[in-house]
Formats: sequence, C-alpha cells, structure tokens
Amino acid sequence: MNAKQLIARRVANEIQPGSLVNLGIGLPTMVAQYVPPDFDVFFQSENGIIGSGGLPDGMDNPSLSDAGGGMIGALPGAAAFDSSFSFGLIRGGHLDMTVLGGLQVDSQGRLANWIIPGKMVPGMGGAMDLVTSARKVIVAMIHTAKGTAKIVEKLNLPMTSSRRVDLIVTELAVIQPSEQGLILAELAPDVDVAQVQDQTEADLIVSETVSTMVLE
Amino acid sequence: MKKTTSVTHAVDNIPKGAIIMIGGFMGVGTPEHLIDELVRQKKGDLTLIANDTARPGIGIGKLIDAHLVKSVTASHIGTNPETQRQMIAEELTVELVPQGTLAEQIRCGGFGLGGVLTPTAVGTLAAEGKRSIEIDGKEFLLELPLKADIALIKAQQCDYYGNLQYRLTAQNFNPVMAMAAATVFVEAEELVPAGCIAPDDVHTPGTLVDYIVNTKVAA
Repeated sequence: MNAKQLIARRVANEIQPGSLVNLGIGLPTMVAQYVPPDFDVFFQSENGIIGSGGLPDGMDNPSLSDAGGGMIGALPGAAAFDSSFSFGLIRGGHLDMTVLGGLQVDSQGRLANWIIPGKMVPGMGGAMDLVTSARKVIVAMIHTAKGTAKIVEKLNLPMTSSRRVDLIVTELAVIQPSEQGLILAELAPDVDVAQVQDQTEADLIVSETVSTMVLE
Repeated sequence: MKKTTSVTHAVDNIPKGAIIMIGGFMGVGTPEHLIDELVRQKKGDLTLIANDTARPGIGIGKLIDAHLVKSVTASHIGTNPETQRQMIAEELTVELVPQGTLAEQIRCGGFGLGGVLTPTAVGTLAAEGKRSIEIDGKEFLLELPLKADIALIKAQQCDYYGNLQYRLTAQNFNPVMAMAAATVFVEAEELVPAGCIAPDDVHTPGTLVDYIVNTKVAA
C-alpha cells in the first residue's frame, strides 16, 4: 500500500452504512474503492447526482460526469438534480460526510485548500459550502508538502471555512482537532509519536489511548 | 407554438458587451453550437456568469481562448490555465464565488428575491465587502441576486413549445439560469413534438424560452 492508498483505506473506516458522502477530487476519490459494496453508501457529486458509480469500459455518457468533469457511471437508485438543489443538500445538513484534500490545517482545525495568493488561484468551487455545512468533515492529505509542514500553528493561506474540521488523516497519523488543540489519536504502522511531531509544526496532544491505524 | 431559429440568427440577437449566463459544469450541459457562433461572430466584451470556464478549447473555454470575455463570475477557474493567465495579465477580471452561493444568487435573480443568507464563506476572503447578518446567534452573509441579459441553456429535449427536460448531470446551472435572464436561448440534443415531455417531467416551462435554436440549419 502506498501513502495515498493507506490514507484512503483509513478514511473508508469512517464511512457508515447507508450514509450520503461527498468525496473531493484526487486522493479523496480513492476512498470509494475501500467501502464495502453491501454498505449501501451513496456518493454525492456536487454537480448534481447522488449515486455516482464506476464507469464500465466504453459506457461514457456525455451528460454524466463528476465534479472534476470526469466521466462516471451511476448506480441503481441514483438521483440527478440541479446545482441549487445539490447545494441545498450540502448546506441543509443532509450530507453525512465530506472528504477533501488540504493545503494546510491549523491548530484550531481550520482548513485552507482553495487558493495560494499570487501563485495558484483555482477558486473554491464547492469546498466552502462542503466544509461549512457537511455533518462530518475529513481532511485526507499527505502529511507534508515535500517536507514543509502542512499541519501548522496558524494558517498563512486563506481559510476555506471558520468551521473546525472533524478529522485529519495522513499517511503518518490520524489527528482529531478539538477545542484544546490537535489530538494525536492514531499512528500508522511502524510510525512513532516523535516522527509525527517532527513533521508537524503545530503542537500535538498525544492521546492517552493513541493506537495503531486499523487498515483491514 | 414557437418557431426555431438558426444558430447564426440567434447569435445576431446577442449584443456585444452583454451580461450572459451560460449553463454547464466543466463543459457538461453547455450549448456548444451557440458558443462556437459567438466566437465566429466575435461577440466580445462579454460579462460572463457561469460555474467555471471549462478547459481551453472546450465549452466556455473557447470564449476565453478568443478573448471575448472581459469579466467572469464563477466558482472555479482551476481547470483553465488560460483564464488564470488572462486574469494575472489583467486582460479579464474574475470574481470567485462559492458554488452553492453562485447557484442561490442566480436563483434569487430569477425568483424575485432580494437576496439570500448563507453560512458559507463567513469569515473568509470571499466575504470581503459583503454584509454579515446575525440570526438566532448564527452569522450569515447576505448574497445579492444575479441577473443577466442573456442565458444560453443546454437541454436534452425541447418540445415545440420550448418545454425543456435536462438529463443527469447536464442539468447543473441550466434551470436557474433560464429563470434569471431577460432573453433565453436554448440548444437541445433533441427537438421533440409537443406532448413528448409529460407535464410532470418538464424541468423548465417553455414560457421562459425565447429562442429555440435549430443546430441543423446554417443561416
């Protein structure tokens, strides 16, 4: 298992049977492949569908795509709708969970993932709505940016939402933001506390019950 | 019953400098023939309201490639490096709006509402210059309506009265935009006899549609 697969595998454990989940583009999309098929999980794509699914070879439909513009399939039981309704689902508290990538998360659990001023200005797309209003927000990301800490004391990039995210999952650790600060809850196999703290700028509170990630 | 219009004649009726909403999400659900004709007729100085600018050479990206847009309101331009290049070179201005907020601003424009209160973007860079209103102890941003001169809509089916049905994720911003513009142009995959779309299955009633574009005739 490489780093991204490990992260996706661990995030999949957070998904409850029968829930409605939105996965961001890139690494978060990989989570779907680790969710047991009998869980009856529905994935929402914010461009207007609940029940997006894998695409059988050659079955592309030009009217069926995901939020990254990629062609997808749909599952039996899928429902399609317009953008206003789609974001009503998100803001209205009907979305159980969202998994997004991150550029930075700070000690207050605030996420930045939509802009690097002067360098990269992709725009927020649906991220601000998702992070503000999904019932549970998980940040799935590689722990550092080529050695530069991404889990920092204070954001120096514009935040996506003032809402505290619920969980950060990296290839090294599972970290739970709380009112007291960032709690180190789980370690990846063969990783120790010192290694995680070394690659994290913000101070970590080591949980008394810190355990090893379950990856099966 | 409505008459169809050629793409050329339809675009003849779009003035340069118009405020224009275009449906679609990364090119899916975007009226490509109308966009190609805007490019051919060089209808420039457009103020564009759309979810994104797709990619170079695709959908709205073609208008960007042809330098026909002077300002864009969108939620995302990350997939189009040319939009970013023109923005940095100050050849066009970009206002980035959260996607759910953009949909609601357009909906407000079409539904006669003075604005909408959303918790999205409170305290962020995207809240700058916007009024914040507290309701029952929770902070919201007041987002104002968006309207346009023109909406370019893509539907799956359009009947002789202009009733529209969209398909799957090609729906996206099309239905709200069809409500929010003074003049509505529709390009459909299929033109079907009245009655083929059952009343319960009509997404956008034909009374909102001004021009049904027949993509099969030239001028």
